[in-house]
Amino acid sequence: MAKHHIEATVNGDAVEFLCETEDTLLDVLRDTLNLTGSKEGCASGDCGACSVMLDGRLVCSCLVLGCEVAGRKVETIEGMAKGESLHPLQQQFLKSAALQCGICTPGVLVASKALLERSPDPTETEVRYWLAGNLCRCTGYDKIVSAVMEAAATMRKG
Amino acid sequence: MADNKIGAEANGHTNGHPQGFVGTRQIRPDGVDKVTGRARFGADFNLPGQLIGRVLRSPHPHARIVSIDTSKAEALPGVKAVITREDFGDQPSEFIPAGEMMMNYKDVVRNVMAREKVLYEGHAVAAVAATTTAIARRALKLIDVKYEVLPHVIDVVLAMRPDAPLLHDDLFTVGVEPKPEKPSNIAKRVEIKVGDVEAGFKKADLIVEREFKTAPVHQGYIEPHAALATVSEDGATELWTTTQGHFIVRAHCARLLGLDIGKVRVTATEIGGGFGGKTVVYLEPLAIALSRKAKRPVKMVMSREEVFKASGPTSGATVRVKLGATKDGKFVAAFAELKYQAGAFQGSPVQPGTMCAYAPYDIEHVHVIGYDVVSNRPKVAAYRAPGAPISEYAVESVVDEIAKKLRLDPIELRMMNAAHEGTKAAYGPKFGPIGLEETLNSIKKTEHWNTPLRKWQGRGVASGFWFNIGGETSVSLTVNEDGTISLMAGTPDIGGLRAALSSVAADELGVPYDKVRPIIGDTGSVSFNFLTGGSRSAFSGSMAIVEAAKQIKNELIARACKLWEAKPDQVEFKDGAVRPLGALAEKVKPMTIAEFAKISGKLGGPIGGVGRINAQGAGPSFGTHLVDLEVDPETGRTTILRYTVAQDAGRALHPAYVEGQFQGGAVQGIGWALNEEYIYGEDGKLQNAGFLDYRMPVASDVPMIDAILVEVGNPKHPYGVRGVGETPIVPPLGAIANAMENATGIRFTELAMSPPKVLKALKEQGRNKA
Amino acid sequence: MRYEAPDSLEGAVALLAGARGEARVLAGGTDLLVQMRADVLDPELIVDIKKIKETRAVTEEKGGWRIGAAVTGAELKEHARLKKVWPGVVEAANLIGSTQVQGRATLGGNLCNGSPAADSVPALIAAGAVATLIGPKGKRDLPVEDVMLGPRKLALGKGEIVASFLLPPRAARSSDAYLRFIPRTEMDIAVVGAGVSLTVDGAGLITAARVSLGAVAARVLLVAEAAQAIVGSRLDAPAQERLEAAARAACRPIDDKRGTVEFRIQVAGVLARRAALIALDRARSNN
Repeated sequence: MAKHHIEATVNGDAVEFLCETEDTLLDVLRDTLNLTGSKEGCASGDCGACSVMLDGRLVCSCLVLGCEVAGRKVETIEGMAKGESLHPLQQQFLKSAALQCGICTPGVLVASKALLERSPDPTETEVRYWLAGNLCRCTGYDKIVSAVMEAAATMRKG
Repeated sequence: MADNKIGAEANGHTNGHPQGFVGTRQIRPDGVDKVTGRARFGADFNLPGQLIGRVLRSPHPHARIVSIDTSKAEALPGVKAVITREDFGDQPSEFIPAGEMMMNYKDVVRNVMAREKVLYEGHAVAAVAATTTAIARRALKLIDVKYEVLPHVIDVVLAMRPDAPLLHDDLFTVGVEPKPEKPSNIAKRVEIKVGDVEAGFKKADLIVEREFKTAPVHQGYIEPHAALATVSEDGATELWTTTQGHFIVRAHCARLLGLDIGKVRVTATEIGGGFGGKTVVYLEPLAIALSRKAKRPVKMVMSREEVFKASGPTSGATVRVKLGATKDGKFVAAFAELKYQAGAFQGSPVQPGTMCAYAPYDIEHVHVIGYDVVSNRPKVAAYRAPGAPISEYAVESVVDEIAKKLRLDPIELRMMNAAHEGTKAAYGPKFGPIGLEETLNSIKKTEHWNTPLRKWQGRGVASGFWFNIGGETSVSLTVNEDGTISLMAGTPDIGGLRAALSSVAADELGVPYDKVRPIIGDTGSVSFNFLTGGSRSAFSGSMAIVEAAKQIKNELIARACKLWEAKPDQVEFKDGAVRPLGALAEKVKPMTIAEFAKISGKLGGPIGGVGRINAQGAGPSFGTHLVDLEVDPETGRTTILRYTVAQDAGRALHPAYVEGQFQGGAVQGIGWALNEEYIYGEDGKLQNAGFLDYRMPVASDVPMIDAILVEVGNPKHPYGVRGVGETPIVPPLGAIANAMENATGIRFTELAMSPPKVLKALKEQGRNKA
Repeated sequence: MRYEAPDSLEGAVALLAGARGEARVLAGGTDLLVQMRADVLDPELIVDIKKIKETRAVTEEKGGWRIGAAVTGAELKEHARLKKVWPGVVEAANLIGSTQVQGRATLGGNLCNGSPAADSVPALIAAGAVATLIGPKGKRDLPVEDVMLGPRKLALGKGEIVASFLLPPRAARSSDAYLRFIPRTEMDIAVVGAGVSLTVDGAGLITAARVSLGAVAARVLLVAEAAQAIVGSRLDAPAQERLEAAARAACRPIDDKRGTVEFRIQVAGVLARRAALIALDRARSNN
C-alpha cells in the first residue's frame, strides 16, 4: 500500500510528508517532521504529553492519524514562542518553577494556552479541570496551576 | 530561615558574593529549552541509519524456556539483528549497590534477558532490530518460544510458604540460623535490635498491634525508558539513555557485554522523571547488543504498557507493627515485622524500610525484622525513599491510634517522642542537629491545623524520615577566556539541579548567576559520579563545587602573588576578584576572574578546578505532613481538601525547586494512598498496565500543596544542605490514613484506600449515609 | 491498511459494505487508534466519516435536535442552545476522557465502540434519542438503547453506520442530567453511569421520566421500573428510595479492576437518585 502524501500547515509553515495509514500525527511530528517537542507518554490519550492544536482545537496528537491532517492547521509547542520572545505562559512557567523534569511541560503549555484563549480569567478549579488530561508526576500541579493563573493575569493586563 | 550560623560560616567559608544567589529563585539555566520543546529527552535522539529495536516479552508469569527459534524473524526483510540469552554471557553472583538498593549481576543479566526461566509477565525473552517499527513488531511475532508453564505466586505471604512455587532453586535465605537446607522464595532476613522489647512491652500501659498491607505502585514517570546505542567495529560504544545514573549504566553495560568501561561512553539525556525507577538498566544492554550485531545504531523506546509490565515498581508488602506506650504517651517498646516483595529477583528495599520504620522516634527498645521475598512480578526498582513509605505508613497509623486512645494531641504525642540531636537511631547512627521538632511546630502553627472541620471531613498528620546519602561525585569548573564559568556536573538533573549548582558556583566564585553555564557531562568527560538518587545530587554536587572553586581561587591567588610579587597573606579572594590587602592595596588594583582569564596563557595556562569527592555527612531530612480530606459516605470517594508539608531542607539552595520536591512527593503519596496499585488477576497477569487504569493523581484531584521550608542546617555541609527529594513521599500515606480514620472512624490498614474498599467498610457499619 | 475519507454517506456505506477484510469507521479516533496501537485491532480499511456533512451538523428538526454522529463533545459544549435544552447529554459527552479527548470524541464513536461504560450513552438513552442508521439497504431508525447489544456487539449490519441522532422535542419543564462514578475526578472510565431525563408539571409532580444506567450490565440499561418509581411523585424521600431500589435491582454488573459487583450495585442507586435530583432541579427552572 503506497504511503499517503499529505500537505498541511504546521506552526504556520506549509509542510508535506508521507505517512502510512496507521502513523499517528504524533509519529509524523516526531519522526518525520523532526518536531520532537511533543512527547509520547502513553500513546493512548491518557497523559496529554502529545497535546497539539488541530484547527484551533486542543487534541492529543497520538489520537489523530497523520493522514487526517491534510489541508489542516497544526500548532505544536515549537510554535508557541514568537521569534526570541517567549509566550507569557512560557515565561511564567520559568519564573514560577512550574516544571521539574520538563517532560509534561510542552503538553501542559499547549493545553494552558488553549484554555486562556477561551477563558482569559479562569478560576483555579477551571484550570485544574481543563488540565486534568495532562499528567505531571513531578510537580504535584501546584506551581503549574499558579503559573497559569499568574500568566492569565499578565495577559489580561495586555 | 532558621537562625543557625552553622554550615558555610561555621566552616570558615564565606560566600564572597554580596548578593548571594544561593537561596534565591533564579531561572533555571535549562529552562528555556524545556518550555519550548527544544530539550532533548531519551526518545528525542536519533542517529543516521538507525534501526528500531523492540523486545519480545513473556506472556507467562512463570515458565521454563524450552526453546527459542528466531530463524523466521531473522529471515524477515528489514530485520538486521535478533538477540536472545545466547548473546549474553552468564554472570557470577556479585552484589553491587544500585542507588540505595543492592543488586546482583547474576540477577541483572537474567532480568535484562531471561535465561532458564521467565519469572514475570513481561520478562524480556528476545529482541530485534529492524529498519522500521512496523517490521520490528512483525518480527517479534515470528519468534517462536516454547514455554513449559509453571505455577506462579504473586502474593508475598503465599510466596513465603514452604510449598509455594519456587522461583530460584539456588536461593537460600540469608540471615537465618541455622542456614536453610532447602531453597525458598525468602532471599533475606534483616533485623535491627536495640534494648529488649519484651521487657519494654511489660512497662507499657497501652499496646497497639496492627497488620497493614500495601500493593506495588509504580514510580509513574511520564517518559518511558529509551536508549540509543551505536557500536563501532572496534567495540567502542556510544549510548544515549534517559537515566538517573549514566556511570552506573556504563558499568552495567560494560559488565554484561564484556567491554572495557573506558570503551563505553554514555550520555545522560534530559530525563522525564525517574524517582528511582531509572537507576537500573533495561533497554541499554539490549540496544548495545543489537547494535553490535547489526553494525548500525539501534534506538529502543518502551511503550507505556512495557513500562508497567517490565520495569520495576516498588514492593507491595505486609507489615505488622506493635507499639507500646505509657499512659502519658511515652513510647517504650517498638516492634515491627516487614515482609516486602522483591519481584522476580531478590532486592526489595526491606532494609531501608527496617531502618526508617521508627527513626523519627527516640525509643529505648526497638526490634524490627524484615524479609525480602521474591515472587512472579517485575523486579522492583527504587521508588523515592525506597521501603520507607511502607513501614512508616504502618508506624504512623499506629502512633495515631495511640494518640486517639490516650486522648493526646497527635502532634504533642510525636513531640514527646521525637528524635532530636543526640538521639541514637535504632539503626545505628547518632543524629546531629535535625529538624523533626521544627517541622512539628511549623505544622502546629498553621492556619490549616487550626481550621474547624465539618462532618465526614477528617484531618491527619504524620511525620517521616529519610537518611539521605552522599557518595562519589565529580564536578569540574572551567574559567573561559571571557571569565564566564563552564560548570560540568555528572549527576543527571531530574528537576532543577543545574539551577541550584549554578547558584553555588556563582556564589563561590563571586560571579553573576547567568555567567555560569552548567551542563551534565557524559561519562567520557567527567570523572565517576554515583547516580542521582538518595537525595544526593544537590548535596554532593554543591560540596564538590566548593572544592573545585577552592582550587580556582587558590590558583588565582598564586598567580596574583606571582604577578604582584606578593605573599599569600597580602591578598584575598573576595567578591569575584583577588584583592590586595593592607599596604599592597596602594600598589596594585584587584583583578577579577575575567581579567585573569584574559591573560591565562601568560600566567601558566587555562584556569579550572575539579571537585572529586566521596561526599560524607549527608544529614537526614525529617518532614511532617498535614492533610484534610472529605469522604462521600454514599460512594466511598475521598477528596483531598487541603495539604501542608513542613520539611527540613537544611539550607534550600533554590527554594522553589525544594518546594517542588515537597509538593511532588506529597501528590505521589496521595495517589499511593487513595488509588494507585498494581492489579493482578489470578492468572498472574497485570490488568492495569496503562495510565487509564493505573490511576495517578490528575490536576483536579489535588488542592494546592502548601510548602513550609524548615532549615536546620546540616553542619557537615558547607552550606548546611540536606537532601530533600525523598522524604516528601514518606509521610503522606500515614497522614492520609489518619485523616481517613478521623473522617470515618475506621482505621484502614490496606492501601490503596479506594472507594470500593471504603464504601464496603462504611456499609458494614451501616454508616454509608450522608 | 487503507484510509478513505468519503464525502457522502452513500460513499461511506459502499466502502464498508464492499470491504473484504475488517473495516472500521473513524470519527474521533479516541478508541480506534488506541485499539490499533494495542494490537487489539488490525483493520484493513479505515473509513473517516468526518468529511460527510450529515455527520458533523447540529440542527433543529421537527422541534427536536439532530446531532451528527461525528460532532465532538467540545463542539456540543459550545452549542449554547443545545446545552440549555439537553444539559445532561452535553455534560455526558464532555466527561469522556480529558479536554483533549473531548476535542475529538463523538457520540457516534462513543456508542459504536460498544462499551457499556460509555459516558454519553446513558444520557442519550434517558433522553429518548433515536439513532439514524444508513446501510446498503437504506436508512432506518433505532432507539439508542437497541444499538449496543453487548460489549463490542452492535445491532448494525455489514456496511451500516450511525449517521446521526435525533433528540425528541422537549416538553416544557423538562431537563436531564448525567452523573458517573469514577475514583479520581477526571480521566477514568465510568464505574457506574446514570442518566435521568424527566418532565414536571406546574405543581412539581414528575409526569414523565427515563432512567438509564451504564457500566452495570453487559449493555447500557433503560430501567423502566426506575422511571415508574418516580413518575407521579415529587421525588420525595420515599420516591428516592424506590428509585434507588429499582436502579439496584436492574444491575447485573461484573467484578473488574474498576469496581466490584457490590460496589456498582450500591452506587448505581446513589447516582440514579442524585442524577434525578439534579434533573428535577433543572426542570423546575426550565420554563
